[in-house]
Amino acid sequence: MGVNKRLSDAAGVQNTAVLMGSEKNKELLADLGVHAPQIDEAQPNDLIVEVVADSRQVVDAVLGDLDQALKFMTTSAPVSVWRTFEDGLAQKPGANLEVISIPGEYAASEARKALEANLHVFIFSSNVTLDDELELKRRASQKNLLVMGPDCGTSLIGGVGIGFANAVRQGTIGAIGASGTGLQEFTCQIHNAGLGISHAIGTGTNDVSDAIGGLTTLAALDALEDDPGTKIIVFISKPPGKKMLEKLLERLDQCKKPAICCFLGIDHLPDTHKKVKFARTIDEAVQWTIYFEDDGPAVSKPNLRPEELKWIKNERARWSPKQQYLRGIFAGGTFCYQSQQIMQDAGLEVYSNAPLEPRFALEHPDRSRAHTLVDMGDEYYTLGKPHPMIDGALRKQRILTESLEPQVAILFLDFILGYNASADPVGELLDAILEARQTASQRGGALTVVASICGTDGDPQDLDLQTRLLQEAGAIVFPSNARAASFCCKLLE
Amino acid sequence: MPNKIDELLHKPLIVINLGLKMFAESLEDQGVEVVQVDWTPPAGGDQELIDLLDSLL
Repeated sequence: MGVNKRLSDAAGVQNTAVLMGSEKNKELLADLGVHAPQIDEAQPNDLIVEVVADSRQVVDAVLGDLDQALKFMTTSAPVSVWRTFEDGLAQKPGANLEVISIPGEYAASEARKALEANLHVFIFSSNVTLDDELELKRRASQKNLLVMGPDCGTSLIGGVGIGFANAVRQGTIGAIGASGTGLQEFTCQIHNAGLGISHAIGTGTNDVSDAIGGLTTLAALDALEDDPGTKIIVFISKPPGKKMLEKLLERLDQCKKPAICCFLGIDHLPDTHKKVKFARTIDEAVQWTIYFEDDGPAVSKPNLRPEELKWIKNERARWSPKQQYLRGIFAGGTFCYQSQQIMQDAGLEVYSNAPLEPRFALEHPDRSRAHTLVDMGDEYYTLGKPHPMIDGALRKQRILTESLEPQVAILFLDFILGYNASADPVGELLDAILEARQTASQRGGALTVVASICGTDGDPQDLDLQTRLLQEAGAIVFPSNARAASFCCKLLE
Repeated sequence: MPNKIDELLHKPLIVINLGLKMFAESLEDQGVEVVQVDWTPPAGGDQELIDLLDSLL
């Protein structure tokens, strides 16, 4: 969002939020304790701009500039003349998919129109009620249509990336995912292993809840099972509901094709489901896929390579006696989740604003303690602000804050490339990474920066360049989040 | 009756994009036929009125 970046980059500005004046947004602002009569009066097409700055003069100055910028944007930006779904359908009567990214409270009624017109739907919008989601998916199911979402970040249909997706080669592996960045990580690693994806179907976060019962997941599974171009089916999600898990496993037992499941946060499957291959991490799901598709080696826990052992020794030797904690600042919610799982498995106690267990919840998302992993894509951070996958400003701020704490030894980051992501995700954080490292060295220690990159050589951001920039800044870079998290565990042993 | 989901997976995508323009642009960059709709809330954004309109349609 250009408006928010313009505001937050101005000198003297501490915090900003820019959001449409819908009832839902007004409620969210009230929940956060932001009140003003102008907010109450705002209409859905109004823009609410919140600026916290060092002085009133700064606020007046940035808002004055903003008026100028908005006037320029409205006169210079090419704007579509079409305003409604019906307008769009009149222009493309053969349309087969509607992509919806409007405020959540309006998304369901627009999706209904698309289903009535026999279009499949990809709903990026979140904040759609479970009742609406269930009703849409039941309607879609009756009409043999697919509803990807709500809260669906990514899909790859016949090689075309929708939403946040990577440039992935076409192949014979089918994927279904209730986790956007999880699906991106899986498809990127498949591409980077020289294999390809037939289709990767995002279902939306709630599809695997017991309330929704996997209506999209099961429809996608049927489609991939019947698809002659798909040889293996891989399912990736955070833990499904209890009933849903049982239903899905029973369905996968009947699957005519090899099936692999990665339910992040679940240790093992019940013994009754021996046919389904279970992966504890996305990397293991990739290994199982290679095992089936390419006759690869059996799945095993990754061993550290000799150079990694050397890095561990060197990094630890440079830490001051005080340095002992890890801070993970994530753009991808799934990466935050998977990293917590790997670290807890290694016996580490890890706190988070999106914890695996309530006892590890941070008291306040902005205040880290001991080992902490922060999901910066959480609503607390993204209300009125661009998601960290699009704009690194919030993560930049947090990196600098963490570096001020003398006990911090490791900074753990993720970078997500692909369509619609930031044009230069590493470049956006580079100054902050270098400054954080300098702060630690001025204190007589050293900050170890561990990073993973989710991307392919076909992505617009240039994977090689992004990797090199990180390495030149002194970061240790891994091609997967799971490997980076395992490395962090070894660093802390 | 043709299987519509099977058709989605195997026929070229033709997309109506409601909302974020960058999604339409990235689809166009991949050679997909797409129409951008700059959506605005119906009924002036009044949710009760929208629900009423939905129930009448």
